[in-house]
Amino acid sequence: MIELWFVIIAFLWTGYFVLEGFDFGVGMLAPIVSRNAEERRQSLETIGPVWDGNEVWLITAVGAMFAAFPAWYAGVFSTFYLPVTLVLVGLIVRGVGLEWRGKVADPRWCDLGIVVGSALPAFLWGAVFADLLYDSLPAALLGGAFTLAVCALHGAVFLALKTTGPVRRRARVTALAASGVAIPVAVAALSGLGSLPALASMASLAAATALIWRRREGWAFAATAGAVVLTTLAVFMELRLQPLPGLTLAEAASGPYTLTMLSWIGLITLPFVLVYQGWTYWVFRKRVRTAIPIGYVAGAPPR
Amino acid sequence: MDALDLARWQFGVTTVYHFLFVPLTIGLGIFVAGLQTAWHRTGKDQYLKLTKFFGKLFLINFAMGVVTGIVQEFQFGMNWSEYSTFVGDVFGAPLAMEALLAFFMESTFLGLWIFGWERLPKKAHLACIWAAAIGSNLSAYFILAANAWMKHPVGYEVVDGKARMTDLWAVLTNSTALAQVPHVIGAAFVVAGGFVLAVSGYWLLKTRAPMWRSAARAALVMTAIAGAVVAGTGDTSARLMYEQQPMKLASAEGLERDTTGAAFSVVPGIEIPRLLSLLSDHDPDAAVQGTEDLQRRFEQQFGPADYRPDQPVVFWSFRVMIVFGMATVGLSVLGLWLTRRRREFPSWLSRALLLALPLPLVAVISGWLLSEIGRQPWTVAGELLTASSVSPGVSLAEVATSLTIFTLLYGALAVAEGVLLTRHVRKGVEEREPATAAERLEPSLMY
Ligand code: HDD
Ligand code: HEM
Ligand code: HEM
Repeated sequence: MIELWFVIIAFLWTGYFVLEGFDFGVGMLAPIVSRNAEERRQSLETIGPVWDGNEVWLITAVGAMFAAFPAWYAGVFSTFYLPVTLVLVGLIVRGVGLEWRGKVADPRWCDLGIVVGSALPAFLWGAVFADLLYDSLPAALLGGAFTLAVCALHGAVFLALKTTGPVRRRARVTALAASGVAIPVAVAALSGLGSLPALASMASLAAATALIWRRREGWAFAATAGAVVLTTLAVFMELRLQPLPGLTLAEAASGPYTLTMLSWIGLITLPFVLVYQGWTYWVFRKRVRTAIPIGYVAGAPPR
Repeated sequence: MDALDLARWQFGVTTVYHFLFVPLTIGLGIFVAGLQTAWHRTGKDQYLKLTKFFGKLFLINFAMGVVTGIVQEFQFGMNWSEYSTFVGDVFGAPLAMEALLAFFMESTFLGLWIFGWERLPKKAHLACIWAAAIGSNLSAYFILAANAWMKHPVGYEVVDGKARMTDLWAVLTNSTALAQVPHVIGAAFVVAGGFVLAVSGYWLLKTRAPMWRSAARAALVMTAIAGAVVAGTGDTSARLMYEQQPMKLASAEGLERDTTGAAFSVVPGIEIPRLLSLLSDHDPDAAVQGTEDLQRRFEQQFGPADYRPDQPVVFWSFRVMIVFGMATVGLSVLGLWLTRRRREFPSWLSRALLLALPLPLVAVISGWLLSEIGRQPWTVAGELLTASSVSPGVSLAEVATSLTIFTLLYGALAVAEGVLLTRHVRKGVEEREPATAAERLEPSLMY
């Protein structure tokens, strides 16, 4: 039971990093890949319908830690007090920036909030997890740089996959540039772990670069997503032995009754969540365009 | 000032702030879904306009509800690690259920609703707003069940200094929760109804457009019904409080000594004989415990300490909640009567409706002050003191930093939110069809 819940929590964090990873990247890169207001809207609309749902993966992961391993939850978040505070600040300004930018006269402040609020957590999550593993400042900085670069790459590839026109072109170039940073940083950050998934993750990043070079955007996205999955896997394999210095999973765990109940709840609800979230991605599967020239839809009343 | 005080301030500030937005999300979501349903049923353009208008206000507010809610989720671990370790086994389950059953649903379907106007079949699109609104209401149930457990812990045992859940069903059907859930959700509908009333009142003063009359009438009905629910469940809450949280009840009444046939003190000095006993136990002669006598008994039971919460705060918040909240409900009943059968809204009434925005908001915040400060010095009644709940490893400087950051950020966002809501209320409904393709691709609800 304890093992199972550890795996579920690892799964939730993985889902979170894969999904919110690209919307952090899009948030950071939107001003870089777009040259005017219309293109900025186009870039951000790729994540518009999904970012909030993606963020709930974090809320669920944290809620599941609270429920299944209270002492782990309490230990991690009270230990990393200030970094977590800054993550929250990032998520706050980003959330309101995204929701409000279409409703203000001048979205400049919102756009700033989106960039800062995407970059901050993208960096800090890596730093927190690296520090959890190595308990050293240089490791934390390297970990942060790694997640920041990978989110940027993952987001750039997603943008290339989901847009058309000039934004798509620039996103591809940005992705190539990002991988130029991400790969060396990944080698430095992941070789310390040295496990099989860590090595596979580096390979996956390299593959993503080659694929985006050859304009295979869908496959490139699969490769960056794969790299995120493999990295999270590598990190959680380490954490399994020692989730927090001086704490074992068994000590941190809730009782068998609670874990059994949680298992039933998860078993029943998670499939639904996966189905309707998947459906969202299906509904919004088309590439996002810039506005079509005036007159094109004349006469078609809004539904 | 130590870390404990600041952690309490931070919890109070961030939670009260979160709850400024929550009731609007809960109530307005359903209201917007209702408007859209009316549009589907009747095909009348005015309902579509209202749906988009209130939908936009709803979204501006929703953003704040989401981002301030995330802080809550982390805060237990950051500032209250001892508490989290103690209660996680019991308390975490409803929280995890909230995320899995409610938050995923509300955020995913709301995304579909915002961006799906052009892409989904009409019926599916309507279903999305209902799913999102129902998700919000479900989330309230789970979090309130968790909160109710802190006032009246059930379905658990304490093993090795930690609470261990023994019965999830008991936790989810806690008598306290079953009273609190409809009370708070009802209150949320009063707030949301009041919001719609204030906005419609503002427009009724400016125009005679029948659309605003429809909106106001619908909100009057909603507020009046919700008000009846709130009053009924408030009565149940008071009786449960008599059984389960006597210290809170005594503090709310300023009753110092155990008394039979206790009087209800309206304000200090004015008393209605026997009413308190009647309210507490449906018996005008029932015995009600007083703070000083309870203090003595608690000392015998739990050892020396002060078990009395802040008396003036608890006393006054109770009154403010009832008066401000019921004033809104009264206003809505009056409004229903005055505008019955196609009668116009008199302009003094439209003006009075503007009060329906602040009054119930003050009422719900006061309700929470009563509920949470009245529980002090316990976080989990009879099991865990607030002083023993705080994170031991977190320094004064750290809490001071985060408290400062959150206060400043929240202050700035409150101003921005106020400006934004006001501007969109002033702008009113969109009168014309979007003319250009660019506008059509970018309905004002999106980015
Ligand atoms: C009575 C209702 C109620 C109460 C007492 C609370 N909340 Fe809340 N919360 C909601 C009702 C709600 C909501 C109406 O469902 C919100 C508001 C906006 C939204 O998206 O959902 C929400 C949002 C919200 C979110 C963001 C969800 C998302 O991203 O979609 C989180 C993580 C929390 N809350 C967590 C908490 C915690 C840990 C609380 C305890 C201190 C708390 N809330 C009190
Ligand atoms: C949204 C509605 C809520 C409001 C407005 C609110 C308000 C408050 C306030 C003002 C305090 C401070 C009391 C004091 O320190 O004297 C407090 C304390 C507390 N509340 Fe709530 N509360 C709400 C909901 C909840 C919920 C749903 C939970 C748990 C699930 C909760 C858990 C706590 C805890 C753990 C404390 C102890 C910390 C402290 O003493 O400050 N509250 N709350
Ligand atoms: C007849 C009128 C009312 C009565 C008798 C009443 C009674 C109560 C009682 C006894 C509590 C404390 C429950 C506890 O701490 O265990 C409470 C809490 C609360 N009340 Fe009321 N109430 C009334 C009206 C209202 C109105 C009109 C509103 C808002 C519009 C409101 C909003 C709240 C809220 C948000 C709480 C905190 C949550 C809770 O503890 O349930 N109440 N009420």
